[in-house]
Amino acid sequence: MADQPTPFERFIQGILPENPVYRQLLGLCSTLAVTNGLKPALTMAGAVMFVLFSANVIISLIRNLLKPHLRIVVFTLTIAAFVTIVDRFLAAYMYQMSKALGPYIPLIIVNCIIICRCEVCASRQSVLTAAADAVGQSIGFGLALCSIAVVREILGTGMLAGFRVLPASWPSWTIMVLPPGAFLTFGLLLGLVNWIDAVRSRKKL
Amino acid sequence: MTDTSNKNPVVSVAPSPHVFSMEMTVPVMMRDVLIALVPVVATAIYFFRWYALRQLIICVLFCLAAEVVFTRMRRRSLSLGDLSAVVTGVILGLSLPATAPWYVGVISAVVAVGIGKIVFGGLGMNIFNPAMVGRAFVMIAFAGSMAASGYIDATSGIDMLSQATPLSAFKQFGTAVPLSSLLWGTTNGSLGETSALACLLGGIYLCVRRVAAWQIPAGILATVTVVGAVANLVNLHSQWTVVHHLLGGALLLGAFFIATDPVTSPVTAAGKWIFGIGIGALVMLLRLFSGYPEGVMFAVLLMNALTPLINRWTIPRPFGGV
Repeated sequence: MADQPTPFERFIQGILPENPVYRQLLGLCSTLAVTNGLKPALTMAGAVMFVLFSANVIISLIRNLLKPHLRIVVFTLTIAAFVTIVDRFLAAYMYQMSKALGPYIPLIIVNCIIICRCEVCASRQSVLTAAADAVGQSIGFGLALCSIAVVREILGTGMLAGFRVLPASWPSWTIMVLPPGAFLTFGLLLGLVNWIDAVRSRKKL
Repeated sequence: MTDTSNKNPVVSVAPSPHVFSMEMTVPVMMRDVLIALVPVVATAIYFFRWYALRQLIICVLFCLAAEVVFTRMRRRSLSLGDLSAVVTGVILGLSLPATAPWYVGVISAVVAVGIGKIVFGGLGMNIFNPAMVGRAFVMIAFAGSMAASGYIDATSGIDMLSQATPLSAFKQFGTAVPLSSLLWGTTNGSLGETSALACLLGGIYLCVRRVAAWQIPAGILATVTVVGAVANLVNLHSQWTVVHHLLGGALLLGAFFIATDPVTSPVTAAGKWIFGIGIGALVMLLRLFSGYPEGVMFAVLLMNALTPLINRWTIPRPFGGV
């Protein structure tokens, strides 16, 4: 067990080298669904960060009690408890946003990113590592969501987080805030990330 | 020493178009399509003048530019010489309204060639008709410029641009234009769709040259005739007869020039019939029951999606096979 990543490695890995969206292609359902604006994207990233951090810490604390054949059930129940907290919190304090995000907050329960981190990191490593891992992965997820949301909101409405950034004469590309725009933007950005990666690895050689 | 490869010929399976004769190469086919489009382009320029010219130039230029940029990005060899980008540009331009702003042409051209074609691997690999991908994108992105009201510009000097398109006039007010204007093209509409005669002329040339498979337009037109006749019988007082259905809207342009794209239509004869009948049925479904006045674009895109499945259904049984 000596060669397991340190907390700092886990933290850095999550942001770009193992970015949950662009590198692991996990959690794409919510990625595509909530990125039609920067505000819902940030709310989603915050919600995922809270759930992932709490779940990772709890799972890491009870990792020695886990039975192999029951571990997924325990993960899911732990995650579900925190998702319920987030869901009720949003409904109480950010009612409009809770309505706008609709079912995607409850759907964090089945977000693969969180189960993946519980399985890969939290159920094997110490609390500190698990916490660092959760923060890193959440930042990576948030960055990915924001990158997609910025492109879609600016092209689709000429605004960013509700403020006008392009002149009012901008012809809004309505399709960008609709589901097809999510797929197109994500595909093109994924291509861009892969291209940057290819260029960088070519320079190293 | 005999060549063993002759004893066991390898049957290679690849997406169309298939090269089987040097008289039927991609540039030759594309040139034939361009020749067939001459009457359509001519009537469009005659009736819509500067508007048609502007739209066509924008679309062709930006299709070529997108081809260069996207093939460079994918590090593929440049294939401007096969004229496919020009054909996409002309068909795209003909499918746009005369009054659409310049950025509609630019964006639809870049989306058509970039996302509709090169992203899939270039000519022969795309699953959807590139021109229709570009048009669908701007249709949803700029609903204001592409919907019924976007076709009308009362301030222009051209009479036809102050009228509603025949299909939307019928959908909104229940009035039908005379058949002669649909035949000659003295109505408002997308640039290439107004003149039924020009589309027929070019389309028949394509079928005679065998660049377009005749089964596809035949299937489309037969289905539209049957469904239109049934719709007529159900509603005897409607002014919009089955002949209006055949001559009006983008049906002929779509049937002859857009649906017959050899890359995105089935390979076998039976498959082409299924493809044509499917498009005809979807067009009539959208025309009669949807909120859109016209449905050729969506019908073609939907059947494009089914093309691989149709190809698999209609694999011909070899002689003596089971």
